Amino acid sequence: MDESINLVLFSGTDDKLQAAAVLTAGAAALGKPVNVFLQYWALDAFRAERIEGDHGLAPEAGEEGRGHVEALRIAGQASWADTLRQAKELGGVDIQACSLSMDLLGIEQEDLDPLVDGVEGVTAFYLNAGEGQLIFI
Amino acid sequence: METVEITTKVDARGLSCPMPIVRTAQAAKLMASGTLLEVLATDPGSIKDFAAWCRSTGNELVDQSVDGAVYRFVIRRK
Repeated sequence: MDESINLVLFSGTDDKLQAAAVLTAGAAALGKPVNVFLQYWALDAFRAERIEGDHGLAPEAGEEGRGHVEALRIAGQASWADTLRQAKELGGVDIQACSLSMDLLGIEQEDLDPLVDGVEGVTAFYLNAGEGQLIFI
Repeated sequence: METVEITTKVDARGLSCPMPIVRTAQAAKLMASGTLLEVLATDPGSIKDFAAWCRSTGNELVDQSVDGAVYRFVIRRK
């Protein structure tokens, strides 16, 4: 049960981040260590000043999909950031920013929400992932 | 047979996946071994999720029932 779950978040739209947060929280509830690695547009969404904002939806959502997502939000579904906060309270969840993406986007660590534990390169991410499953979103 | 009272309750009605399980895991961390937890949920994935969570974490699912759209689970803390 101690095998890690490892998520690479690339996409920065709210629907994909929500899916990633659900997978993270579910794994944390099972007591699995979870390593989350933030790249590109996902990392951009973790800026402290933008994390609670509207990050849009993936193109395939369309108008109908937008309506479904909005209905769930109005019904009180926790935001992806809140879901991740609760997952971290359970313990075992480590969220790291990709150092290359930090350079690319001109982000400093103090620009990021406290959900992010640190900055690392891809080698450190793979080392921590070990033999655990890897999920790319 | 000894009777053990439910000491902890989690009301996860209206919460979508995976929050019922997250709330349950949070509550379970604070419970003593052998005590009972009752969870109410409306997420239709709950039946399979609670069975999987119990199997995977070693906590025992001692009872489950459905009343309309509300699922009720009783879990004994490992």
